[in-house]
Amino acid sequence: MEKKQFDNKLVQWVDHRLPVFSYMNAEYNEFPMPKNLNYFWNFGALATVVLVTMIVTGILLAMQYTPHTTLAFGSIERIMRDVNYGWLIRYIHANGASMFFIVVYIHIFRGLYYGSYKAPRELLWMLGVVILLLMMATAFMGYVLPWGQMSYWGAQVITDFFTAIPIIGDPLTEWLRGDFVIDNATLNRFFSLHYLLPFVIVGVVALHVIALHVHGSNNPDGIDIKEPQDTIPFNPYFTAKDSVGLGVFLIIFAFFVFFAPNYLGHPDNYIEANPLATPAHIVPEWYFLPFYAILRSITFDIFFLEAKLLGVIAMGAAVMILLIVPWLDTSKVRSARYRPIYRIFFWVLLVDCVILGIVGVKSPSDLVFSGISWFDYKTLGLAGTIYYFGHFLFLMPVLGFIETPKPLPTSISKPVISLPSGGGSAPIGAAAAKKEKA
Amino acid sequence: MADNKSTQHGRRDFLQLTSIAVGAVGAASFGWPLVFSMDKSAEVKALSSTELDIASIQPGQAILVKWRKKPYFVRRRTNDEISAAAKVEVASLRDPEKDSDRVNSEKPEWLVVGANCTHFGCIPTGAKATENRGEYGGFYCPCHGSHYDTSGRIRKGPAPKNLPVPPYEFVSDNILRIG
Amino acid sequence: MFRRALKWGFVLAFISFSTNSMAAGPLKHEAQDWSWQGVFGTYDRAQLQRGLQVYKEVCSGCHALKYVAFRNLTDLGYSKEGIRAFAKTFDVKNSEPNEEGESFTRPGRVTDYFPSPFPNEQAARASNNGAYPPNLSLMVEARPHGADYLYALLTGYKDPPKGMKIGEGMNYNSAYPGHQIAMSAPLDDGAVEYTDGTKATVEQMATDVTAFLAWTAEPNLEERKSMGIKVMLFLFAFLAILIAMKRRTWADVH
Repeated sequence: MEKKQFDNKLVQWVDHRLPVFSYMNAEYNEFPMPKNLNYFWNFGALATVVLVTMIVTGILLAMQYTPHTTLAFGSIERIMRDVNYGWLIRYIHANGASMFFIVVYIHIFRGLYYGSYKAPRELLWMLGVVILLLMMATAFMGYVLPWGQMSYWGAQVITDFFTAIPIIGDPLTEWLRGDFVIDNATLNRFFSLHYLLPFVIVGVVALHVIALHVHGSNNPDGIDIKEPQDTIPFNPYFTAKDSVGLGVFLIIFAFFVFFAPNYLGHPDNYIEANPLATPAHIVPEWYFLPFYAILRSITFDIFFLEAKLLGVIAMGAAVMILLIVPWLDTSKVRSARYRPIYRIFFWVLLVDCVILGIVGVKSPSDLVFSGISWFDYKTLGLAGTIYYFGHFLFLMPVLGFIETPKPLPTSISKPVISLPSGGGSAPIGAAAAKKEKA
Repeated sequence: MADNKSTQHGRRDFLQLTSIAVGAVGAASFGWPLVFSMDKSAEVKALSSTELDIASIQPGQAILVKWRKKPYFVRRRTNDEISAAAKVEVASLRDPEKDSDRVNSEKPEWLVVGANCTHFGCIPTGAKATENRGEYGGFYCPCHGSHYDTSGRIRKGPAPKNLPVPPYEFVSDNILRIG
Repeated sequence: MFRRALKWGFVLAFISFSTNSMAAGPLKHEAQDWSWQGVFGTYDRAQLQRGLQVYKEVCSGCHALKYVAFRNLTDLGYSKEGIRAFAKTFDVKNSEPNEEGESFTRPGRVTDYFPSPFPNEQAARASNNGAYPPNLSLMVEARPHGADYLYALLTGYKDPPKGMKIGEGMNYNSAYPGHQIAMSAPLDDGAVEYTDGTKATVEQMATDVTAFLAWTAEPNLEERKSMGIKVMLFLFAFLAILIAMKRRTWADVH
């Protein structure tokens, strides 16, 4: 590709030696984007904005926070009361974590619906799963730092998982904690790692975007770009569109920060950690609830494998299974727009995740409907877990074979499909593809 | 180029420019509290002034106190010390200052000066009468041998300036407020 | 467009479901009207001052207010001199020992924090039949629907229902989880003589001290909401400009 020559002499001088300007021009100015993208393609950019916001507010908080068990809670109260605009920075950081997960979950479901994980974007997808894992680790450790009751007991429960690993479980857990129990050693290392991991995330995001730009974005129709009419340059079209999405997002974010800053949190975390008093209900933050539900749903042993260990394995598998989705889905058609059966199960999966989230916050022995004594949340959770794994391990492979997809359009820009030519991986049929307004 | 197209482009450019300008204002308004958060927090600003009870300080005695986390001498001078300071030829001083300009006119016996030597910041001796007060009866800095007089002015040694006088006032006969 | 709204709907419904369930404790308390609720909520300074009086005269004997400094009371409308005089009524442990190496107490200064009535948790428990009177600075935020809960608790000392056995040294309370609380009823009609002449009924004192504790938990509430209104207005205006800009930019594509 020809490198752009710039008119400005200074810019040209720099670019000749370090091609930042021609790189930015190629990747974010002229970059060809499918012209039929909808607003679900906004969420990757939103996630980047949230990541930067979290890093900036996090660094400022780290200037005022003290990572010691006797001083941590007090240092955060000092941030809230005495530091200029400390309350604002803290609320942005705490609610930003929730915003980050909302945006990323929508981003992931977009990928599942439109087949963005399919060839040649398998590695792009897997890098995304790695980012999700890093986010979960970062968020978990960050929540421990205020050293409230939920911070302490949440850390206690999660690190207890590792004791389920046979043979090495106990010494491994003590090594992770740096002590027999969660204590100052744990808090300090969590602070160190919580500061580090976001920068690892930045690195993986960079790889994620580089991988994306190799083949460009997928699109709602799931068909490849064939000709220049199919595309429009990223700037000004998607800089404009992404800013609209950003505007809407900021309104929602600002609403939480200014008018409901503690809604997504738990009141118990406003109580200083007490290793001798367990809270009535230990609950993780909302974005971990579905995984928590899966963990708690395995209450039976299988041969020599204890329920506790199985629960931990199930929870881990629930995330890791995302890595192999590109190979689980056997369909030759990318987008669910043209997969009438898969589309239904996509929504079932979404509802299933919501239900699992609700299960995560309820007591397992509570009844779902008062009166039906056998239907408790434990049972609902198990059903939800079975569906979750069944969706990926059974439905995705099988549907690809048995489903008859709807005919695909010939190209992104052509609204009408040409004459049928029979068979093939991308059936070209007679039905017109509706061009949906972005 | 159709006229219509260029007006359209003009309107588009105007909107794009407006968006960027408003966005920049928004970003700056967001950035300001973040930058300001690094400034002194409320509990630090609360230390802006310090009050002391000076009733128990006898003439000839001095105490070392902290104001805004830095050390200061509060010395109750004897009449001899006051007249010694007043008699000095101001023009001959390295840092010319009249003693009467460095103390409260109604209570000249009280000398309030910074306790960091203006050379490299060591704390001079001389608060206690038993310590070395230097050749001029004021304060003596052992690090490089600066001598200050009973008005806290530099008389001998490498220090360039007199010990600084902070803002202070007498809330009552027994209470001194610095800052 | 519709799908997007649907997705957001799902997300918000999910969040509401899960967190509402998290927030609801075992008991749902009657919702009171508090002056600081809502987008335009503010504190009532007169009420906060009455609440401070209730805290000082009734609660401070056992409950600490660890994170509040006397200098913070300017928020309540007191003058610097008034706060200086108020601080002096407390005995505060000096941060440095005296010249003999012994720790000592002195009258409070404006920069001091409200002192704890007990030197440590063990002393607090010893004085209170083994129960620990918690620090109240954050209590309104540390309980679900904290203000409603506190009001319900303070007005919830009633006769126990027939047949219920109350433990040794415990008291029946309709709002406290488990209905048995170690603290005996702290408020009595007329327990405090308000300086502004308001009649000090139990309900009045409960309301006032709850309002005061809501302030101690979130002193920046008013600044947060007023900044929030300005930010939302800006963001809506900004969004309108952005939508217009986007539409104009995409005009030749659609």
